[in-house]
Amino acid sequence: MATSDLTAPVPGPAAPLRRAGARVGVARAFWLFVGPFLVGLVIFVYAPIVWSVILSFSRAQNTVTPGDWVGLRNYIDLLQAGPFLSSLITFTIFATFIVPLTFVLSLGLALLLNEVRMLRAFFRSVFFLPTACSYVVASLVWKLSIFNGVRFGLANTVLSWFGVDNIAWLATTSPPWYWLVIVTVRLWLQIGFYMILFLAGLQRISPELYEAAAVDGARHGWQTFRFITFPQLRATSVAVLLLLLINAYQAFDEFFNLLGNSSFARPPLVYLYYTAQGNQDFGHGTAGAVILAILIMIVTLAQGRIFGFGRAE
Amino acid sequence: MTAATPTMAGQDPQERHAAAQRRRRHITPGGVMWTSVRYLALVISAVLFLLPFYLIVRNAVSADSEITAPGWTLFPGTIHWENFRELFTDPSVNIVQALVNSAIVAVLQTAGMLLLCSMAGYGLARIPYRWATPIFYAVLVTLMIPPAVTFIPSFIIVSQLRWVDSYQGIIVPVLFSGFTTFLFRQYFLNFPHSLEEAARLDGLGYFGAFWRIVVPNSGAFFSAIAVITFINNWNQFLWPLVIGQDSSKWTVQVALSTFLTAQTINLHELFLAAAVSIAPLVLVFVVLQRYLVQGVAETGIKG
Repeated sequence: MATSDLTAPVPGPAAPLRRAGARVGVARAFWLFVGPFLVGLVIFVYAPIVWSVILSFSRAQNTVTPGDWVGLRNYIDLLQAGPFLSSLITFTIFATFIVPLTFVLSLGLALLLNEVRMLRAFFRSVFFLPTACSYVVASLVWKLSIFNGVRFGLANTVLSWFGVDNIAWLATTSPPWYWLVIVTVRLWLQIGFYMILFLAGLQRISPELYEAAAVDGARHGWQTFRFITFPQLRATSVAVLLLLLINAYQAFDEFFNLLGNSSFARPPLVYLYYTAQGNQDFGHGTAGAVILAILIMIVTLAQGRIFGFGRAE
Repeated sequence: MTAATPTMAGQDPQERHAAAQRRRRHITPGGVMWTSVRYLALVISAVLFLLPFYLIVRNAVSADSEITAPGWTLFPGTIHWENFRELFTDPSVNIVQALVNSAIVAVLQTAGMLLLCSMAGYGLARIPYRWATPIFYAVLVTLMIPPAVTFIPSFIIVSQLRWVDSYQGIIVPVLFSGFTTFLFRQYFLNFPHSLEEAARLDGLGYFGAFWRIVVPNSGAFFSAIAVITFINNWNQFLWPLVIGQDSSKWTVQVALSTFLTAQTINLHELFLAAAVSIAPLVLVFVVLQRYLVQGVAETGIKG
């Protein structure tokens, strides 16, 4: 919105520089402020992307120098039935669980907290605390203590009280218990964060709306949620859904630490990691990165079209 | 605010609000029941959320035989303080080096990112120059692609600079965050013009106005971004894993992950290392939570 001021030839009221040499001063100041960042952005963001697009048309085994041109070969390899496409399917399954579950649970906790007076700050801190924990540490606890698959693990200990036998959580593929481990670790880590976003959204809703609804005879509870709270949270909900989806797309840490290079649940970044770092196959690695970047750009632009540019304005 | 609704005519807003409060607090048997149900749900959730922290602490101060014993021990009979000495003197687990690496990386990254992105954001928001808009669009475009997706391209550039296995390789490429610059630009757009005009009248240029007036008056925003950035940088895993391949450059996350995957060290040592790795963050978290909550609510940043 204010970007148009920046192109105006006459400086705005904030910059009452009317001397003849002022333009030179403005230019120098601008490059002093923006120059270092811009140089870094070109070297570490733009140059890698351009280099990768070029490299993705090369056979690049054990090298990052383009030259051995193979046209679209790398892309065709990836888009045929194989590990890359199944990594996209793994992401889809993962997102189908993690996005709605996090959404509902973090909204639920925010609504609960918003209803109580005593100890609200205490409970908020407790639910937010896992944000300080890393995916590596959480994976460690999940893999070695809660879901370690042997009898001294917490989950199996609790199940044994009900007479259920040990379950090898991470090694069982039918039923796919490993999804329970993968999904719960991320739920624990991120629910508190999204709860804070929902709490902020709830606090922006005018209390007068609820008062007017009470006057009109709406009962506190489902009716006020359905007709006031949820519609008023629309902007927050859209932002949360997009963030959840983008973060699930980048899932790496917990899959890497819990399952490693397992063939049954390898999301895109884990597959690319083993392709580029393990096999040193940078041709397919960069082609995969380009495909992932294009897919996420389509999602971002689509949400911009559908929901207005959302939070970015 | 001033216009009363027809049904409430004659009452002023404050009275109306107080009436609503009374209505809400009106105690009924059903209300007591619902409040109890809410607190019960909150307490159960809180126990579940604290459970993993309990497990870390319990396992960190237990002997391995207590961790693997059949039947659950709530807490070891005697706290094994000697686990600390064992962890810090174990030559196969260079946890001190890993903690130092993490501290270097997280501190320098946070400081560098704040400096670069706040200055760029200020320049883009407040210095009227013909390149400001095109450069702002160049920053906006990068927001569409999350940095983790392009870790292979970034690795290629870092390897060309021969920065693999170096601190600068882990630190520098992460500094140029389009998102952080975007947040600073939006913040500075709303910074009161009057304060800067006063600075200008005192003869300060853009540089002086920024450092003497704008930064000192933006403490809360800088703190919020700093806390979030520090936590994200301390906890980042993929990039240090790709660049810090030699064990002398492992951050604490990479070291823990290696021990977890290889399982070459004792359980209690591993859990104690995990506890030590999250201790600084829990401290930062508890002390600066106000800024953190505010920052998250305003920006929605998440690593």
